[in-house]
Amino acid sequence: MKRRAFLKGTIASSIAGVAVSAGLLTPRIVLAEWPKASFDATSVSKSLSSLLGSDRYSASADIKIKAPDIAENGSVVPITVSTSLPKIDSITVIIEKNPSPLAANFRLSPNTEGFVSTRVKMGKTSDLIAIVKSDGKLYSAKKTVKVTIGGCGG
Amino acid sequence: MAKKSIRIRAKMKGNVTEVKALMSHAMETGLRKDKKTDKKIPAHFIQEVKCEHNGKQVLLAEWGVAVSKDPYLSFKFSGANKGDKISISWYDNMGKSASAESTIK
Repeated sequence: MKRRAFLKGTIASSIAGVAVSAGLLTPRIVLAEWPKASFDATSVSKSLSSLLGSDRYSASADIKIKAPDIAENGSVVPITVSTSLPKIDSITVIIEKNPSPLAANFRLSPNTEGFVSTRVKMGKTSDLIAIVKSDGKLYSAKKTVKVTIGGCGG
Repeated sequence: MAKKSIRIRAKMKGNVTEVKALMSHAMETGLRKDKKTDKKIPAHFIQEVKCEHNGKQVLLAEWGVAVSKDPYLSFKFSGANKGDKISISWYDNMGKSASAESTIK
């Protein structure tokens, strides 16, 4: 009997060990807050509701999107969002026609300027939407980028 | 492997510090197929990038697969001095991470 119990114990612990080394049980403390549902969502409104608590936003002339009119290569599209709106909580970048529209979300601290710049992949011609959360409300700006070669296929 | 995986440049212009960072990462979407085996290449991408000034968070970026390979990130903040520390760390969906530090010039 004792031998049985011992065997069971070893097998169980070695399975756990394999799982850990295979990366199945990676500690996820740091990523606890990564908004998976918002990134998985396939519609803009679902993604925004789960990320920012609302999908209602109004257009604002105080948000500027800098991106090319035509992107020859959809896998590297530079985008810069800048805004003069006060009390900014976050800047969100949405690519409307991508399989998952949410591309990136930036959480700003009180002394961070309303400015972020990065490079994104676009599957096809689409609107880029920048959503800025300012003083608890959502504001937006839009820019259409024409893509000649998509950046999502292989 | 984590060597040189993030390059940071932080420069002061007046009261504002502009930080530019370049990270090296495959940023696989999970939608691409391996041409030889015809199997899907699993998604592998940076999910979070934490940017700190003297240990205090100034920006937290949450990314999906739509951020380009070898991601570029730039942002600006105020209230820093020359010589202050800027640190940037990323964490990906496979539990890997990297971080780097630089000083403001």
